[in-house]
Amino acid sequence: MADVPLIALQDVTKTYHMGDVDVPALRGVSLTVDEGESVAVMGASGSGKSTLMNIVGCLDRPTTGRYLLAGEDVSTLDRYALARKRNRTLGFVFQSFNLLARTSALENVELPLLYAGMSTRERHERASAALARVGLGDRLHHHPNQMSGGQQQRVAIARALVASPKVILADEPTGNLDSQTSVEVMTILQELRDAGITIVLVTHEPDIARYAARVVTMRDGRLQSDRRQEALQASGVAAETAGSLP
Amino acid sequence: MRLLQTLRVAIRALLRNKLRSFLTTLGIIIGVSAVIAMVAIGEGAKARVEESFASMGSNLLVVLPGSTTAGGQRGGFGSMPTLTWDDLKAIRTEVPTVRYAAAQLRSGAQLSSEDQNWGTSVYGTTPEYFLIRNWPVGIGSTMSDSDVESGAKVVFLGQTVVEKLFGASADPVGQLVRIKNIPFEVRGVLAPKGQSPTGQDYDDAAFVPLKAFQTKIQGGLQQYISGVIYEGAVSSSSTARAEHQVTELLRDRHHIRPGADDDFSIRNLTELASAQEEGTKTLTTLLASIAAVSLLVGGIGIMNIMLVSVTERTREIGVRMAVGANPGNILAQFLVEALTLAIAGGVVGIVLGLLAAHHLAARFGWPVLIRPDIIAVAVAFSALVGIVFGLYPARKASLLDPIEALRFE
Repeated sequence: MADVPLIALQDVTKTYHMGDVDVPALRGVSLTVDEGESVAVMGASGSGKSTLMNIVGCLDRPTTGRYLLAGEDVSTLDRYALARKRNRTLGFVFQSFNLLARTSALENVELPLLYAGMSTRERHERASAALARVGLGDRLHHHPNQMSGGQQQRVAIARALVASPKVILADEPTGNLDSQTSVEVMTILQELRDAGITIVLVTHEPDIARYAARVVTMRDGRLQSDRRQEALQASGVAAETAGSLP
Repeated sequence: MRLLQTLRVAIRALLRNKLRSFLTTLGIIIGVSAVIAMVAIGEGAKARVEESFASMGSNLLVVLPGSTTAGGQRGGFGSMPTLTWDDLKAIRTEVPTVRYAAAQLRSGAQLSSEDQNWGTSVYGTTPEYFLIRNWPVGIGSTMSDSDVESGAKVVFLGQTVVEKLFGASADPVGQLVRIKNIPFEVRGVLAPKGQSPTGQDYDDAAFVPLKAFQTKIQGGLQQYISGVIYEGAVSSSSTARAEHQVTELLRDRHHIRPGADDDFSIRNLTELASAQEEGTKTLTTLLASIAAVSLLVGGIGIMNIMLVSVTERTREIGVRMAVGANPGNILAQFLVEALTLAIAGGVVGIVLGLLAAHHLAARFGWPVLIRPDIIAVAVAFSALVGIVFGLYPARKASLLDPIEALRFE
């Protein structure tokens, strides 16, 4: 199945109806992403990058066009089937972390497994392992309000990866973080990519886009450019930044 | 997601707002406890009515002699003796729905023991009387047919009379009691019977065999029964039929023309009892429906809070949907939350209702009857309230658009 692209958008459009006015958010986007790629989607606000992410993330359906996820057409699936795709194939990381308040890190990470119908013990094991993988093995029972922004985002990443998804969609994952924590978060995302998980990253910061091997730029609901680059290795930067600290 | 996990998530969400959850369930708590307490008290009252009617005797009919009309003045029932001993015999033998019949003659008399005396009612009757009135002997022996036939001077005392003449917990069997100065031997003491529905003390009475009563206390045999006839119908359902049959028989025996007034009167105490019961039932229904209305109000309270909760937790719903919750999961979560509130309220309400019923009962001396079916109905009803009033908010939550929900501030 290596020849089938993981994500294949074919002339996708999305139009929102605001009362009597039709607002086109996507005006025909075709994009393929292969398994194991890391793609940064850039663009000004209103360029349609969030809409694109919503469609890729199965949170929304295209108005016209087709979206094949791992070879399966998901553009016409109902809400239940889309929920299943989000649960099994996709993982989300948001700018504002979106952790459940007053709920421990462990339980936050267990959430996707809960909806997958997994047993309590298995959930515990896998969620603990996911938290250990993002370096929070000692903070399983901390609540979001007891953690720093970087830690919270790492919990969110653990939640995104716990169900072994094929793709992790990160929407401005560093938008609420300082530059050093941003590097930490990008390090983890790169490690996940190295482990074979496809990363799609929405950002408006060129510094962050440098960590991806491919940068797609959007403008007015269309793809403006699609270029490949040498990805910056976040772990090296992290070491460098750490070394430069007094 | 399994039901148990849904339940745990729901309980956790409710415990996060303990005070709010409590206040929300308060409506249900009050409603259910009101239902439970009202029905328990109502049933207790009903049982008490039944009990007091049962103490008069089972399936009881009383035949009273007719009234006189003299110079335009109509005397009350019993002012003219119209019932004969032959009438009694005829009722015994010719009416199949009457199991027992006995005459009851009454005379007020002063009774005296060795050192005490007491004025009470003395009744002359036959052994059937005690069967009709469900009145066994406590100590000593029962009245026998030979007591009646031989005209034996024996007496059977009610509990109150024993207390007045011999003191509480005394055993007067074998001792002498003078009635109108004639010595009678105490043969038995009747079991305590308590009060009549009108508060009359049944135990303040003494009974002597009919023949001895007629000869020693009343003075002379008479053709007419100077008292009433007690009858026990064969079953509670046949009292009306027995009443009708006895009426026909007596009208025929007294040669009363069709259309003319009866010269006797029959009291059907079973009917009286069921009329009373009907009254308490109406009261219970009324109270229960008031309680049901408060349960409805409780349900609206739950819906209100669930709607607030859905709005408050829009973002949480978005997150859950993003990580894979389908609309059914979200619907189940909020529905289970509403249901948990309602059932918890129901359970607390039952406990409070039972406590309230017991407290009121102890305070006012009412009996309390707990009906398990009412408890089951109360739980089922509060669960129904939870589902009905939880469905709309839960559905609203499940129909949220995940993108909108995630963006919600």
